[in-house]
Amino acid sequence: MLQVRNLKKSFGTLKVLKGVDLDVNKGDVVAILGSSGSGKTTMLRCLNFLERADAGTMLFDEKQLELHSASRADINALRRRTGFVFQNYNLFANKTALQNVTEGLIIARKMPRAQAEEIGRSALVEVGMEDRADSYPSQLSGGQQQRVAIARAIAADPEIIYFDEPTSALDPELTGEVLAVMRKLAQEGRTMLVVTHEMDFARHAANRVIFMDGGVIVEQNNAETFFTNPAQPRTQEFLQNYKQRSLL
Amino acid sequence: MTGRLARILINSFGTILLPGLTVTIPLTILSFGFALIIAVTVALVQFAHVPVLEKLARLYIWIIRGTPVLVQLFVVFYGLPGVGILIEPFPAAVLVFSINEGAYCAETIRAALESVPRGQLEAGQCVGMSYLQIIRRIILPQALRTAFPTLASSLIAMVKDTSLAANITVTEMFMTTQRIVARTYEPLALYIEVGLVYLLFCTVLTRLQAWGEKKLNQHGAQRS
Repeated sequence: MLQVRNLKKSFGTLKVLKGVDLDVNKGDVVAILGSSGSGKTTMLRCLNFLERADAGTMLFDEKQLELHSASRADINALRRRTGFVFQNYNLFANKTALQNVTEGLIIARKMPRAQAEEIGRSALVEVGMEDRADSYPSQLSGGQQQRVAIARAIAADPEIIYFDEPTSALDPELTGEVLAVMRKLAQEGRTMLVVTHEMDFARHAANRVIFMDGGVIVEQNNAETFFTNPAQPRTQEFLQNYKQRSLL
Repeated sequence: MTGRLARILINSFGTILLPGLTVTIPLTILSFGFALIIAVTVALVQFAHVPVLEKLARLYIWIIRGTPVLVQLFVVFYGLPGVGILIEPFPAAVLVFSINEGAYCAETIRAALESVPRGQLEAGQCVGMSYLQIIRRIILPQALRTAFPTLASSLIAMVKDTSLAANITVTEMFMTTQRIVARTYEPLALYIEVGLVYLLFCTVLTRLQAWGEKKLNQHGAQRS
């Protein structure tokens, strides 16, 4: 359902993405691994036009988009069918948890308030945050904020959800509660594209793993093969690092 | 204190307070209201980097902050009639104080807008909101909350600055006091008295500020 071809992006003279091809099928849970600076976050941000790519095409559900020249209307239409979860949660600080979830439904989609709140509450139930519906982000822990952010991302029932290092700002204890929610979403069959450093999640919750380095996709495979039998030397080196720190 | 001085102070209190209520306070409220409208507009134009208008906003702030408000009052009231523009004293004062205060408050609000974490703008875009919707519902409310204490200080400063309007024949509290002094020859006592009335007004505003801040903080939303 998502097909990306030849995605390129530079910041000044620095080439961050050097022509990336990506295919995601409906129901796929794809983990994107790679060291810092490999371009994985930039790729994700280009897919939702938070960064404007220099070149590349995207086919999203039969709809073709030029990544560097898509119109505002096309971008908005695309964003309404996707969800995005940020590393730093980025909850609206002046809105309660429930309002964070309903804001986009009411304001962007013109949904009646009652209907939006019903959807908002069930999204909060989904992430186990229904008890804190009326709390402001400043009253929530990092893990709770991220769960609300996930509820916000799934409220409009997106066809794909992008996760940009969703647990990197959390301590290990809080990481667990967020990963649990993500595993649940994966089991429900949602299509997810997850940039992460959580090897355990990549191995057991994802069905496919992509490894990026230096702005290109070096290797991709099903999760089990990727971890047990990596083909590329760069991938082996990367995984070795984790093994040495006994994180794998 | 002599009986005569006490009588003068007591009799003049009402005479001074009246223009305070009918001139100083309306002048302050009108000017500050217009100043806020100018300030939000000028701040947003810069925050959103609107071409041309952004440059004009910087020019406006540069000129207004770089010249004394007293000079601005004289230009408008004594200068503009020379090119055929005659404005009554009170409207002239409202005009100058609005434009002057607008420049300062614009900087306060611009700084507050920029202090809202940029990620919230991106999050808004990702749930399909338009730029203007995000500004109006997410960014601006938080910015105004941040700017509130500084804006309150500006308001308090403005109450006192309105005394400069005496220079363009607006019969506000200070000019009224000057007239009583000219009649009674008690400058020390009377100028202290009018000072105390200003202090009274500003005390009320300070209390309102404290109450307002408490009210705003009740609604949570300190940023993480």
